[in-house]
Amino acid sequence: MIGLYSPGTSLVHRAPTLLKLLLLSLGVAVVTVLGDPRQLAVALIVVVALFIVAGVPLKASVRQIAPVLWMLLLAVPVQALLAGWLVAGLMAGRLLVAVALAALFTLTTTVTAVLEAFDRLLRPFRRWIDTERVGLLVALTIRCIPLVAEIVREVLEARTARGTRGTLRALAVPVIVRSLYAADALGEALAARGVDD
Amino acid sequence: MSSITFDRVSHRFEGAASPSSPAPQNTLRDISLTLTESRIGIVGANGSGKSTLVRMINGLVMPSAGTVTVDGLSVKKQAREVRRRVGFIFTNPDNQIVMPTVQEDVAFTLRRRGLSAAEIAERTAITLDRFGLTALADRPAHRLSGGQKQLLALAAVLVAEPAIVVADEPTTLLDARNTRRIQELLRTLSQQLIVVTHQLDLLDDFDRVIVIEDGQVVADDRPAVALGAYRALLS
Amino acid sequence: MTDTIRSRSSTRRTLPARDLAQIAVFAALIAALGLAGPLNIGPVPITLQTLGVMLAGAILGPRKGTLAVLLFLVLTLFGLPLLAGGRGGIGAFTVSPAAGYLYGWLLGAFVIGYLTARLMPKYPFWLALGATILGGIGAVYLIGIPVMAWNLGLPLWTAAGLNLAFIPGDLIKVVVTVFVAAQVHRAYPGLISRIPRRSAVTAE
Repeated sequence: MIGLYSPGTSLVHRAPTLLKLLLLSLGVAVVTVLGDPRQLAVALIVVVALFIVAGVPLKASVRQIAPVLWMLLLAVPVQALLAGWLVAGLMAGRLLVAVALAALFTLTTTVTAVLEAFDRLLRPFRRWIDTERVGLLVALTIRCIPLVAEIVREVLEARTARGTRGTLRALAVPVIVRSLYAADALGEALAARGVDD
Repeated sequence: MSSITFDRVSHRFEGAASPSSPAPQNTLRDISLTLTESRIGIVGANGSGKSTLVRMINGLVMPSAGTVTVDGLSVKKQAREVRRRVGFIFTNPDNQIVMPTVQEDVAFTLRRRGLSAAEIAERTAITLDRFGLTALADRPAHRLSGGQKQLLALAAVLVAEPAIVVADEPTTLLDARNTRRIQELLRTLSQQLIVVTHQLDLLDDFDRVIVIEDGQVVADDRPAVALGAYRALLS
Repeated sequence: MTDTIRSRSSTRRTLPARDLAQIAVFAALIAALGLAGPLNIGPVPITLQTLGVMLAGAILGPRKGTLAVLLFLVLTLFGLPLLAGGRGGIGAFTVSPAAGYLYGWLLGAFVIGYLTARLMPKYPFWLALGATILGGIGAVYLIGIPVMAWNLGLPLWTAAGLNLAFIPGDLIKVVVTVFVAAQVHRAYPGLISRIPRRSAVTAE
């Protein structure tokens, strides 16, 4: 639906979520201590190989990694000036590998699977965290995103119909007040269906 | 049929405690009623207090004075038992769907009822089938049409098999075709039904119609008589 | 529409249904503001999402506001592409240079919410402006800049310098937040209890 998940049946897709999460943390931890360009090159090859195995569309991958490239464009020259090109290059390489690994996890794991994994991770803390309420809130928010987006669209439309372009404030106030009324109605519906009982 | 009683019920919105209340409208004054009929219609102008009245049946609004009971259960003290008996349909179907997909929303009502996952899945499937929603089971709720949304709201209430269904202007926001469809469905329900509506033709074959004006009952009779009084009031 | 006066007696649960709905709707609002897309100027994309975070604190108060931001972040962490520009997932919270800002949002919403609660119901303009700057810029940068310096391997002051470019945009968002919050609190009073704790008793 609205997840970043890109469907597939590869080994990377099928691996248990908690295992993937563990490997991801290990991978990032190892990468951040690599101090030799040759080691980093190996890591880079491994990550590219994983992407190929997973068969994730190039466009989806680039979209997750591209914002970091912009930051590197700015940070690398500064770093080079301060500490030399080798350090700057290593930093850039480590960051790219780590971001790519995290993106691979996100692209090959459904939101439901991540939810379930976190539910299992939270299980020992049941005593302090009402996991059922957390689950309800998460689902309710996913439901509310189109609801609020619709309110935003309607307010924009009303502005256009009246021929005024309006400031950010003139748009934000009706959006928020209407969202709060929608929240009241939702709260009432939740209560009617026994959430408070 | 169940028995709902209002005993000398009054309600007024108190300024400080009610962030969203539009001033002195929607108040009720000293209402006593016993509702036992299978089909009851409630009519009245906007702001007359009729929505407040029906919200008291499942404790969404608590009276400032007097008591409301459902089958002898106090709405105030036994809210949980009462809410399991009373299903509530709201005007805007968009605001009563709380889960992302059709199936999840219907199943949501059955949570916390001590049912197994298999029982929940089974009852959900039966209800989806009954309302012709099976093909839409995994559809995100926001992609449904207005009529489908109200159908889903009805399914989500009836999956729990309440004894009483209260509907507050359930067709006001629907087009003519969907209005008829929802009205037909309401007619076929085996539950005791209490409907607030402006669609007076729905009420012709009801057992009883109550007219509310300025927070008081001004007519309470067979549909023909009560609706006659209401029409006279309007003109 | 008819409104509801929920009886206070049913508030025995820590979060009654109405609060749950307000939290979810605001988390959704922060997400919806991100769908508008970022304006990429420099290393951190400028987004309306920070406006949503500031509004959450200034309108819902410290508890509900912080929870709304937390909920939004949890959804993003789970892989929903809700951060401006369609990003999301575990990377945005760990290795991304901008990761610290996300944690900063949490602190920021809390600071704004807490200070706003002390300014209610009057909400005087200049004090509100100060409170929103402290939370929306101060608290956010307090966590955002060190994490950026760490993740990019830059000295702290260099990272801070890179952030100067965002101050004007953030100041505009602060001003908008204060104006909007003042109007919303007038149109819809009672969202934030004046002085937390004590007013919960007087409201009974």
